Amino acid sequence: MASGEPSGTAESYDVAVIGAGVVGCAIARRFALEGARVIVIEKAADILDGASKGNSGILHTGFDAPVGSLEQRCIAEGYREYLEIRERLDLPILKTGALVLAWSDEQAARLPALIDKAHANGVDDVEPLSAAEILAREPGLSDRVRGGFHVPREYVMDPWTAPYSYLLQAIENGASFLRRAEVLDGAFDGEAWTLETSRGPVKTGTVINAAGLYGDRVDQSLLKTTSYVIRPRKGQFVVFDKAASELLSAILLPVPTEATKGIVICKTSYGNVLVGPTAEEQDSRDDASVDGDTLAALRAHGIEMLPGLAAFDVTATYAGLRPATADKDYQINDDGARRYISVGGIRSTGLSAALGIAMHVFGLYTAFGLRHRPPSDLRWPRVSPISESQERAWSQPGNDGIVCHCELVTRREIEAALCGPLAAASLAALKRRTRVTMGRCQGFYCLGELAEITAGRFDTPLATAYDRRGYDRRT
Amino acid sequence: MTGGPEGAGLPAGCDVAIVGAGPAGLGAAVRLKALGIDAVVLDREAEAGGIPRHCGHYPFGMREFHRVLKGPDYARRLVEEAQAAGVRLFPQTTVVALEKGPRLIVATPAGKAALQAKRVLLATGVRERSRAGRLVGGNRPFGVISTGALQQLVYLKGARPFLRPVIVGSELVSFSAILTCRHAGIQPVAMVEANDRVTAWWFAAGLARLTAVPLHMKTKVMRVLGRDLVEGVEVRDAAGRERSIEADGVIFTGQFLPEVPLLRAAGLVLDPGSGGPAVDQFGRCSDPAVFAAGNLLRPVETAGWSWREGVFAAGMIARSLAGHLPDAAANVQIRPRDGSAIRFVMPQRLALSVVEGAMASAQIRVTRPLRGTLVARQNGKTLWSGRIASRPERRLLLPLQPLVAQAVAGTIEVGLSDEF
Repeated sequence: MASGEPSGTAESYDVAVIGAGVVGCAIARRFALEGARVIVIEKAADILDGASKGNSGILHTGFDAPVGSLEQRCIAEGYREYLEIRERLDLPILKTGALVLAWSDEQAARLPALIDKAHANGVDDVEPLSAAEILAREPGLSDRVRGGFHVPREYVMDPWTAPYSYLLQAIENGASFLRRAEVLDGAFDGEAWTLETSRGPVKTGTVINAAGLYGDRVDQSLLKTTSYVIRPRKGQFVVFDKAASELLSAILLPVPTEATKGIVICKTSYGNVLVGPTAEEQDSRDDASVDGDTLAALRAHGIEMLPGLAAFDVTATYAGLRPATADKDYQINDDGARRYISVGGIRSTGLSAALGIAMHVFGLYTAFGLRHRPPSDLRWPRVSPISESQERAWSQPGNDGIVCHCELVTRREIEAALCGPLAAASLAALKRRTRVTMGRCQGFYCLGELAEITAGRFDTPLATAYDRRGYDRRT
Repeated sequence: MTGGPEGAGLPAGCDVAIVGAGPAGLGAAVRLKALGIDAVVLDREAEAGGIPRHCGHYPFGMREFHRVLKGPDYARRLVEEAQAAGVRLFPQTTVVALEKGPRLIVATPAGKAALQAKRVLLATGVRERSRAGRLVGGNRPFGVISTGALQQLVYLKGARPFLRPVIVGSELVSFSAILTCRHAGIQPVAMVEANDRVTAWWFAAGLARLTAVPLHMKTKVMRVLGRDLVEGVEVRDAAGRERSIEADGVIFTGQFLPEVPLLRAAGLVLDPGSGGPAVDQFGRCSDPAVFAAGNLLRPVETAGWSWREGVFAAGMIARSLAGHLPDAAANVQIRPRDGSAIRFVMPQRLALSVVEGAMASAQIRVTRPLRGTLVARQNGKTLWSGRIASRPERRLLLPLQPLVAQAVAGTIEVGLSDEF
C-alpha cells in the first residue's frame, strides 16, 4: 500500500532510512525500486529540513573531487543516473557548463594540476582557456580574470523538486514516510531492529542512517559508537534578482582550496543569480543564521567578479549547513552483523551524488546477502514543475489564478502542494514545493491570500483570525 | 496566439491597455473614456483598486472626491467610477511580458493570452524593500513581513500574524503600520530607525507617542532572532552597543521600490536613481508607445498624487494617438550631478518643445535632510536655481519651463550649488 503516514507501526520493514534529506530520499527511492519494504523516518515536519535546505543547486561532474575517492565515484554515478531518469521524472536541467577562473597568478599556476585531476576523474572534456577566451564567452566578467578552464558538463539542477520526486517515487512504489518522528533509541535482536521513535516503535530488518548533520549522534544512540564526528560548516548565500541572469551564462567557479570549493556565481534553476557559499566552521548543527556583514561581503565579491551585479537588488539570502567531518571523503560504513549502514560526512556534493550514494548503499546491502523482487510495474510520478525552463501551471487553463505574482505560482499548484503523501505543513515546505513568496517581494503582495488558502493546513498558521476586541477566533 | 482564451473575455486588441488598476491606472482609464478613447485595465489581483484596498485608514480621496475617505472606501469609489464610465476591467490578469508592438502577453485563470494595443500605460506601483533586500542578518523565521503584507492580513482577511512586533523604519508608511496594528489589537513593542531623525513628517512622531510605541533612533537592526518563529531582534545603537528587543514579529517598512520587472524584461530604460522607468515630460518611456504613471515613476507619493498622474498620462496618450507629441528622440537628459545628495530627477529626458499639458515640474527627492540652493545647470550655464529645505520623503518640484526654454542637446545636471 502506498501509504502516506503510518503512525508507530506494527508492520515491519526491510529497510528504515533515518533522515529525509536528499541522500535519504534517494536511498529510499533506490530500495523501493528494488522491491524492499522501506520506511523513511524524519524528525522534522518536512523533507530537506537539514543540510539539504541550503545548497547551490549545481549538478557536479566531480571533476575536482579527490581522485579515487568514494565521493568521486558516487558523484560520477549520481550524475549519470540523474541524466538518465530526469526526463521520466520531469526534472529540469540547465546545460550551462562551468568556468573555473583564476584571479591571480598564484591561482593560475594551479590550473594545470586541476585539469590533470579532472582528466584523472574521467572528466576528459575540460579545456584550458586564456583570459581573452574567457571574456569572449562571458563578456560580463571583470577583466581582472587571468585564465581558467571550461568544464562543459557542469550543469544547474533544481535542488527542491529532485529530492522531492525521489521520495515521491519511493512512496508511489510502496515506501512509507513517517515525519515528525525522531529516532531516540534502538535495539538489534540478531535478526531485526526495533527503533524507538518519538511516534512509537518501528520494526525493520536493516537500518540506514542518513541523518546528515546528526549522523554521528544517530550512530551513537543505535550502535553506541561512531566512526566520524560531524563538524558543521555553514555556507551563506545571496540571491540576486532574476533580471541579473542576463549577466552570465556559465557557472563561475573559483580555483578550489583544500578546505572549500569556494564561492560560486551561477544562475539557479528558477532564474536568479546566486553568490555563495562561505565556509564557516561552527559547533551548532541547527544555526543556519546569516550575518549582515558577511552578506554584504558576498554581494561585494559577486560585484567584483561580475560588475554588472551592482545594478541588481538582492532578492533573498540564506545559509546552509554542510555535515563535514575531519576526513575529506564520505564516511559510508556498513556493519553486516548488525544490519546497519551509516551514510555520513556527505559534505557538499550530496545533491549531485545522492543517486550514486543510493546505488553504492544498495550494493553494500546486497553484500549482506539480502534480496528483493522489484515491482513489475514501476511508477514514475511527476511533480509540479517550478523551474523557469519548464512549462509552468500559470500558462495552462484551469490554474485558478496566480497567487504569488513574482514567481507566478497559481492557486492550483498551492492547493496541490497542501495535499498528498508529502503535503506541505509549513510555509518553508510550501516554498520548496512551489516557490511561493520566494520572489523579489518576499510576500508583500500575496501573504494575505496565502494565509487564507493555507488556513488550517500548517502546524503553525501564518495568521490568526481575530475580532475587534482583540480575541483570537480559532477556525 | 491572439485574443483571450476561452472564459477570460479579453479582447484581441484595444486602443490603450493599462497595466495596474490602482489610483493611477483607474484615473487614466476614466479620463481616456471621457476623451472618447477605449481603455482596457488589467490587474493581477482578484480585485481592482490597488494598494488603497488594504490601507484601512484615512485620509484618501481629497483630490479626487473632495472628501476624506478610508483607503478601501476610496478604492471602491475609484472602481465604481471606472465601471460607470464603461472602462473594461480585467482582474486576475497578470501581464507576463511586454513585447514590441506593443503587445501584452498575459496569464489568466483560463491560461495564456495576448492583447494588442496602440498604447500601453504602465501603472504597476511600488512595493517595500524586503528584509533580504536590506541584507539583515539572523535567522529566517516566519513573522518577518512588510507593511503591505500586514495590511492585507488585517484589512482584507481579518487576521493577524503576531501580537508584539518591532517596526523597522520611520517613513509615513511605518506609521501606517502602527495604525494597522492598532486596528487588529496588535501592540508594537518598538519602532527602530537607523537615522537620527524620523523620516516622515514631524506629526508622525507624535502618533508614535500617542500610541505608546517607543521610538529608538540611531538604532540599526542587526539580526532577527528565532528559528521557526520570531523571538526578537538584535539592534545596535549609535554607540555601537548591541542589545536585543523581545518581539514575536518584525515589520520591515518602506524603502519603496517601483515594481519594474516587466519593464526591465521588456528592455525599457530604467533610472537607477528613482528605480522607475526613464520618461520624458509627457510620461513616455524609452519605447514611445509605452507610458508610465503613478508610483511606478518614483517612490513614493500619495494615492491622490498618483491618481493625478494617471489623469495626466491619459491626456498625453490622447495627444500621442492624435500624433500631437514631438518625436521620441528627446536629446536632453536630466540627471543628478555625480555624488550629489539629489537622489533622482523625474522626468529623466526632455523634448525641447512646448506642449500644452506636459509636466510643468520635475519631481526630485534628496538622500538626506538638507538645506541649500538647488541648481539645474548645463555646460556651465545655470538654467534655474532656488532655495530648498528638504528631507528624504518630501516632494521637491523643479519648474521645467526654464529648462525647455534654455537647454540645448546634451545633459542637464541637477545638484546643490556647493556640489558644482
